[in-house]
Amino acid sequence: MVKLTIDSKVVEVPEGTTILDAAKSAQIKIPTLCHHPDLPPTAACGICIVKVGNRMVRSCCTPVAEGMEVITRDPDIIEARRTVLKLTLSKHPNECLTCLKNETCELRKLSADFGIRDTEFANITPSKEEMPLDDSTKSIVLDPRKCILCGRCVEVCQNVQNVWALSMLKRGINTHISPAADNKLGDSPCIKCGQCTAHCPTGALTERDDTQYVWSLLQDPEKYCVVQIAPAVRVAIGEAFGYKPGEITTGKIYAALRRLGFNAVFDTNFGADVTIMEEGSEFIERFVNGKGALPLITSCCPAWVDYMEKYFSDMIPHFSSCKSPHEIVGALAKTYYADKVNVPTEKMRVISIMPCTAKKFEILRSEEMFSSGFQDVDVSLTTRELARMIKQAGIDFVNLPEEEADSPLGSYTGAGTVFGFSGGVMEAALRTVHAVVTGKEMPEDALEVKPILGLDKGIKEMTMDLNGKEVRIAVAHGIGHVQALLEKVREAEQKGEEPPYHFIEVMACQGGCVGGGGQPLGVTDEIRKARMEGLMKDDRGSKQRCSHLNPDVKKLYDEFLGKPLSERSHHLLHTSYQKRELYKK
Amino acid sequence: MAEDKTKIQEDTRKILVKWKTKRGSLIMALHEIQGAFGYVPWDAMEVVAEELKIPMAQIYSVLTFYNYFKLTAPGKVVISICDGTACHIKGGQSVIEAFEKELGVPAGTTTEDGLFYIQIVRCLGCCGLAPVVVVNGKTYGRVTPLDAPKIVAEWRETMAKEGV
Repeated sequence: MVKLTIDSKVVEVPEGTTILDAAKSAQIKIPTLCHHPDLPPTAACGICIVKVGNRMVRSCCTPVAEGMEVITRDPDIIEARRTVLKLTLSKHPNECLTCLKNETCELRKLSADFGIRDTEFANITPSKEEMPLDDSTKSIVLDPRKCILCGRCVEVCQNVQNVWALSMLKRGINTHISPAADNKLGDSPCIKCGQCTAHCPTGALTERDDTQYVWSLLQDPEKYCVVQIAPAVRVAIGEAFGYKPGEITTGKIYAALRRLGFNAVFDTNFGADVTIMEEGSEFIERFVNGKGALPLITSCCPAWVDYMEKYFSDMIPHFSSCKSPHEIVGALAKTYYADKVNVPTEKMRVISIMPCTAKKFEILRSEEMFSSGFQDVDVSLTTRELARMIKQAGIDFVNLPEEEADSPLGSYTGAGTVFGFSGGVMEAALRTVHAVVTGKEMPEDALEVKPILGLDKGIKEMTMDLNGKEVRIAVAHGIGHVQALLEKVREAEQKGEEPPYHFIEVMACQGGCVGGGGQPLGVTDEIRKARMEGLMKDDRGSKQRCSHLNPDVKKLYDEFLGKPLSERSHHLLHTSYQKRELYKK
Repeated sequence: MAEDKTKIQEDTRKILVKWKTKRGSLIMALHEIQGAFGYVPWDAMEVVAEELKIPMAQIYSVLTFYNYFKLTAPGKVVISICDGTACHIKGGQSVIEAFEKELGVPAGTTTEDGLFYIQIVRCLGCCGLAPVVVVNGKTYGRVTPLDAPKIVAEWRETMAKEGV
């Protein structure tokens, strides 16, 4: 332990702690801008400077030392911080009122806190013509004029996600963030995970806002609008209305969606239950009946699918052909449900509310996304966009009475809801696979397979006994962890060895969808964990905790699909993959 | 073009043989590639990314950080415009702008037809003639912005005569 004083207060912290974290432990908040708890310090901005003796140092990257005397606020320090802010603002457009990040912008908040009114520095922000917007992807918008070069997006894209789409190009005043060769994001290795948008402190990187389009659909009397919410949305959207992270607001979301004008309110968790029926059957085909390549790798996460197609296309035979849950609900809404309510498919629109920016890209990624004869999911909104729509509509979310989802694509089991965090898809699959293979339901106390849950490790491994045969399982979250895992699989394959795993789950974002790129901003591990615990609570409170026990899923197979992996299932619920280039020129 | 690409990639692969096994050799490898081609072509970068296992984003960051590296093939006519102290004071900047306007490309790049390349240099050693422009070894002194179109036209003619 190291003893030091911060603002005359004696503090004791472990060696290697930064001054910033030491101050935090003593309830002293040093302002930061480029710093993010997920990322190593880049020390780019200079807002967090403090005095150590007569020296000014950046507290985010300076470790404590025995006997150190730190001052975090005095007139010199405040003045220096104000200058940093004014210089930052001198190359940032004054467009706060019309900026998507407006109330969530960290630069705007700091400028307010420091009372920046007038500034002696001229504003040299390039015009929109000189520095155009990059809206080449369906998911993410890059406005380089609003970039303050903090480096968070580059750090998360390169070193956390291992995607390497974004980089800092040129130097000095000409430095800017962009894909290599100033390619557009849409022509780069970008997998649309949206972690850059979740980590950008300003409006430089945001989700593409599709809310106006959804309003126009809702106001069109000719359209029949169907909506669905993903598992991780229900434990996060509350944050936009003052709830704690992880509080379950499912019933209020359903109610709010009805008040927005949706004709039918469904739940992606139902689709997750169907995914398990299909993907679980696929696993049994491969593992028990020996048909197809092992390991089987999950495919619910569109950012992961995009990554695999770009970086590991030799793994295509290992990929589950099963579509993601919201695409399944989309395809079923426009066939099974449309028939039931007698609505012409061409009038139906399906809108997904997702914790994810990549889902916006997924809805158009291949021709299989048009399996109903129309686009199966028409629009995908992020959690953040739905929160804005609810605010715009003047809905008092907090005091809203809870409502239920509509039948038949709205009911779900605990297995469906755990899809929202890392390990959950595997957990849900194992519950059903166990029951189908052994003929016995998993005992209650064996549910929640501990080694694959939790967010502490990037790769989680376990083995499970299935009728005397050992199943080797791996779960990865945060796409940066995947490479090591897949190289192991590749190596064994090349040497003709037994595969190291039989079943692998991958989610591109840290923590899985609870930490998705479309979730409310300001995420930290603490918040990811709280959201995950919310979903676990939802699981434990569910009447049924295994997908195959969902009565509406059974009915769906009886009435419409036949059995898992049937011809109709294949047509509506499965997809295919192809190799994609990193750069388009 | 396809033939060019194959040739560039083959040559690059040969250059990289000695750098492949050494860590931290990206800049040296890029130097050698520029030495071979006169610039660092995208096709060569692809091979660097593959052979040295370095993401393109990182290669491109390094290439654009250093002024030394060129990303486009230098043109057949290299227009070196001096922006050293004497030339700068005598209006070198307006000469640069005049050439950029005449050719429609910024300094440091090549025109689309591959004919002209503008580069800014620091002092050509004849400050008495400031502002100075040197085109393929021929020196022009006391250049004014109005001279830019004339010099470009002169070289277009020369190149046409040579059948370029």
